[in-house]
Amino acid sequence: MAQELRYLKETPSQTAGPYVHIGLTPNFCDIGGVYERDLGVAMVNDKTTGERITVAGRIFDGAGALVRDAVIEIWQADSAGLYNSPSEMRGAADPNFTGWGRCPTRAEDGVYSFNTVKPGKVPFKDGRRQAPHISFWIVARGINVGLQTRMYFPEETEANGADPLLQRIEHRDRVATLIAARDGSTYTFDIRLQGENETVFLDI
Amino acid sequence: MSEIPNRKPETGAFFARDLSWHPPAYAPGYKTSVLRSPKRALLSLDGTISEITGPVFGHAMIGELDNDLLHNFAKPGESAIGERIIVHGQVLDERGRPQAGVLVEFWQANAGGRYRHKKESYLAAIDPNFGGCGRAITDEDGRYFFRTVRPGAYPWPNGVNDWRPAHIHFSIFGHGFSQRLITQMYFEGDPMIWKCPIVGTIPDKAAIEQLIAPMDWGNTIPMDSRAYRFDIVLRGRRSTMFENKLEGN
Repeated sequence: MAQELRYLKETPSQTAGPYVHIGLTPNFCDIGGVYERDLGVAMVNDKTTGERITVAGRIFDGAGALVRDAVIEIWQADSAGLYNSPSEMRGAADPNFTGWGRCPTRAEDGVYSFNTVKPGKVPFKDGRRQAPHISFWIVARGINVGLQTRMYFPEETEANGADPLLQRIEHRDRVATLIAARDGSTYTFDIRLQGENETVFLDI
Repeated sequence: MSEIPNRKPETGAFFARDLSWHPPAYAPGYKTSVLRSPKRALLSLDGTISEITGPVFGHAMIGELDNDLLHNFAKPGESAIGERIIVHGQVLDERGRPQAGVLVEFWQANAGGRYRHKKESYLAAIDPNFGGCGRAITDEDGRYFFRTVRPGAYPWPNGVNDWRPAHIHFSIFGHGFSQRLITQMYFEGDPMIWKCPIVGTIPDKAAIEQLIAPMDWGNTIPMDSRAYRFDIVLRGRRSTMFENKLEGN
């Protein structure tokens, strides 16, 4: 008999349910006084370097209805392409930029929104560059395992064309589902969970 | 977000997720999943620096009562109504390595099965002294603990007469963004577990059992609180023996 590898199994996922706000954004659902403010609300401060942008959008289900009870988290590099993380070995990221945000979709209109900076390019493992992007993680009632996806920038045509992840998308008409629409400093990134123009989701 | 005494930073990509161990996205017994599950296959890719990295949450952000749901919403001198319990455990990765500095957030219904949320309309009474949320950051050995009341079972509109087993929701934020996980903890011996359509989305019985916290007599405090133990496993990551390209020269 060979030696045992003794890996453990990852804890199985379960849906976040309709009341995910109680745990992740209690002030948003009127549970005041427990935490001073909800985590992930502010990604930038007055000293953050880089181009200020707003990333906003909505989530639609397979019937085209708004998903009004989701929570979205994003994670991104700073304007120089460095992550504010202990696993970042290439240099120190902007100390005035967290890189991480958390925002619910609003019950009234289903909109989520982040004030952040445009990220720089980050490396891929074979020396190529990845186009500027923001990583998304989406949880909600009805979603059994949090959905991962990425948002790319429409003005980065050349970098997007060379991006290793976008190049992996076999059905080329789906690439557009990962590219936001731009209006000034606001990028709109709508997510379609199912059906026509379904967003590309990742196992990464 | 500040100093966690990390040992050598880990920079290897995470093991591929074993999706057969998790619930599928489309699980018609859980009706809401029918229109909220992607139809197309996921796009798989070995982790890049974007998924391997993640933010650090400092112990400094944690308030004194953040892990005490009996008191963190209660009026001075009062406490939540219900069975007093302690929930504790260790966060490990798939390689069995304790995960320090992990943000663990939890939320739950009160002892009657009622959530404090504007969309919630169940008849069971609100407890004026119970908010239902808490958080902790794991210590050097990956351990966390909190104090709460045991939540009640909870009816929900799925089938005509579906009830959730007593459960506590958990969100776990490890060191890499692709370790991000939300799950639910169930209580040993609860007969509702095996009737629940949400639990039933998990195909493997052994995987379901990984979500059932045993009662921990050893840590039960006499004349005070019973204890349950709930260990959590996050995705492991490769050693970086032959992997030096992520630094991106």
